[in-house]
Amino acid sequence: MSASVGEAAFALTLSAAVIRISVPYVLAALGGFWSERAGVINIALEGLLLMGAFAATVGAWFGHSALIGVTTGVLGGMILAGLYAWLTLVLRADQVVCGIAINLLADGGTRFFMKVLFDSSSNSPRVDAFDSLSRGGVAIHPIVLATILLVAVSTLVVYRTPFGLRLRAVGEHPEAAASLGISVSRIRLAGLLLSGALAGLGGVWLAADQRQFVAGMSNGRGYIALAALILGRWRPQTAALAALGFGAAEALQIALQTSGRSFERFGFALQALPYVLTLVALAGLVGRSIPPKALGRNEN
Amino acid sequence: MSPTDIGESTEALGCAHVWKRFGEVIANRDISLSIARGTVHAVIGENGAGKSTLMRGLYGLHSLDQGSVRIDGELIETPSVAASIKRRVGMVHQHFMLVPTLTVTENVVLGDEPVERGMLVLSRAEQKLIELGERLGLARDPALFRRRVGELSVGEAQRVEILKVLYRGAKILILDEPTAVLSPLEVDDLFAVLRRLRQDGSTIILVTHKLDEVMGLADRVTVLRRGETVLEVETGQTSAAQLAHAMVGRELAKSVRTTRQKTISPPTMRLKVESLSVRRSDGSLALDGVSFSIAAGEILGVAGVEGNGQSELALSMAGISTPERGRVRIDGQDVTALPVIARRRLGMRYVPEDRHGRGLLLDATVEDNFLLGVQEHYRRFGFVDRRRLEIDALERTKALDVRPPDLSAVARTLSGGNQQKVVIGRELAGRRDIPLSTLVCAQPTRGVDVGAIEKIHAEIERVRKDGAATLLISAELDELLALSDRIVVLFRGRIVGELEDFDQFAAGELKSRVGALMLGAA
Repeated sequence: MSASVGEAAFALTLSAAVIRISVPYVLAALGGFWSERAGVINIALEGLLLMGAFAATVGAWFGHSALIGVTTGVLGGMILAGLYAWLTLVLRADQVVCGIAINLLADGGTRFFMKVLFDSSSNSPRVDAFDSLSRGGVAIHPIVLATILLVAVSTLVVYRTPFGLRLRAVGEHPEAAASLGISVSRIRLAGLLLSGALAGLGGVWLAADQRQFVAGMSNGRGYIALAALILGRWRPQTAALAALGFGAAEALQIALQTSGRSFERFGFALQALPYVLTLVALAGLVGRSIPPKALGRNEN
Repeated sequence: MSPTDIGESTEALGCAHVWKRFGEVIANRDISLSIARGTVHAVIGENGAGKSTLMRGLYGLHSLDQGSVRIDGELIETPSVAASIKRRVGMVHQHFMLVPTLTVTENVVLGDEPVERGMLVLSRAEQKLIELGERLGLARDPALFRRRVGELSVGEAQRVEILKVLYRGAKILILDEPTAVLSPLEVDDLFAVLRRLRQDGSTIILVTHKLDEVMGLADRVTVLRRGETVLEVETGQTSAAQLAHAMVGRELAKSVRTTRQKTISPPTMRLKVESLSVRRSDGSLALDGVSFSIAAGEILGVAGVEGNGQSELALSMAGISTPERGRVRIDGQDVTALPVIARRRLGMRYVPEDRHGRGLLLDATVEDNFLLGVQEHYRRFGFVDRRRLEIDALERTKALDVRPPDLSAVARTLSGGNQQKVVIGRELAGRRDIPLSTLVCAQPTRGVDVGAIEKIHAEIERVRKDGAATLLISAELDELLALSDRIVVLFRGRIVGELEDFDQFAAGELKSRVGALMLGAA
């Protein structure tokens, strides 16, 4: 009897942990979806997450409000994505190189401004304003609800609206879109800004979850999200599912590690799972994952 | 003649004093044009003469350095695609501007989508398309519109391109080399559609380098050469010969082959193929027990309707695909199991039918493209001997008149004909260390103009004289007849006939015989 209660409690905390860990993956993957379907590789998701987390912390700290934090976090992501857009769409610089530069800039830049604002380059003070977000628990957390809604809305917009059709066309065959009077740059800019907003919101979650900003707190999540996007074949729902799967694997691994039993090795295997699955998907072992055709190619 | 001489009411599209430069190259030099409403106006010229550049400029795809454009008598200050579409000008591009992953309907409505409360309503567009398709005989099966463009045949894709333009209500159609990728039957269909459109009052600008198309369809023709207008006449007042002369700027050689007797006797068989069978990825047999041999200094032509095993034959000769059964020998050596590089070391060269996919690195320079497959030849202390490569590449581009004559140009920026000249220049180059023993030449002049064809044919003939055994696969019967010593006909993966000693046939008889064999009727 007591064993089954224990198991039920374990299952409950585990599913809460799955959601908690998956939210930034899902949001970043969705962000990646919007830029990659427009033909821009988004290796910068890592930096966008970090920027979102930092801007949210600063906003919530100085504004004494979670809502202000959410707003500045989303805007922060969009501003950094705007910089990425300027580099790739206006200056026509290589997308991957710029994406890595954005990540490095986000990492160094947040440390610098942390030092300036909070006199510590590693940790911000605790931001109590974030408490109001999680008052109702993880199940009715506004960002969780927003994430579910955003996945649905993304699917609807990309497959059923003129903007979505144009975005897909630009990602596959930009010359064809241009020959019909569609501005490739403008569509890609829109995709990137959406990307920044969504990944920024993912960063908000990271900061709100910890009640503070910690340097480098995105901790590779942007790359995992990119893997989820690939595994989900560049579709919002399947990418979100893949992100949820990665989140579940990670939650399980943490649970196993802290359970004190001898599952540690299995835990490490779980940790590697996202990367292994992504390689499998890219290698076409379980039905090839085909990227948008113009992905990574700048306009001439 | 100045374009202003023509009354405003009759002109559909015009331009005055158009200049366009790309770096050092002047693509359009002071071109003025006036196209009368309700006519088919052909713009012809060699590859790289500036036809496509001019059309793209008129349509607004790139800015003009100088000059102006008129649509329906209205002066367009800054031409743009949006302005052209608004004034009912549509363009069908040489390389299809279709998104393969989208459906036909999605491609057609792109940029001008029917919307209800923010959402796409494709059914409304489909209705309009079905009507349009039926009226013009462009698409009789409504199921077509739900299919993805990537699944369509080339002919179907082109009809979709035309539908796309007409859907937007275009009354002036610019078609840039529409027939380059079509089979003869599909060309007839296309021309029937164009005639119907002209009857309906549409104006058609046909960019091409095929003279029979001009003579058969156009009312008036403008000839461009090296970026300039050199001739503009009514089709009725000119001849194909005069147009060819204007295009190339000189007389064309009649034929490269004057004799067909074997130059080397007794014939030594250099390429020998024994009961070769190749399976496609879907499991069907592409080649079914094909045997032939080719002597030194001989050209064996392979005729056939596309898709009867020619592509697979070329790929298995080159060593790219592995045959299921059979043997291939070069100079007696069994090469069946040898990879591409080993065959090349034996002097085999390969002109692929798909120059974009296999012949060139499109994003590399012309010079680097001259290194492909012969990198061993230019090795010096483990590095590439750039100096020697440059000298050779320069000599070859000059010999074949590659335009622009710039080794640092990126291959993608060259016109199709000039890209093909680069492939030919590299593959057919003479090399002292490895003499060319066998040449596998697939569709060497596809989408290439008359001047370039002449150059390419001369190259093939030169290589033959030097003793190479050549396998020439071509969809152009005239080309096969002009170059080959013998012709075999492929039908459903088998050789169904062989013809030699062409002189025994009366004019036209040979062609009709081959044509019958191609359809499996003999």
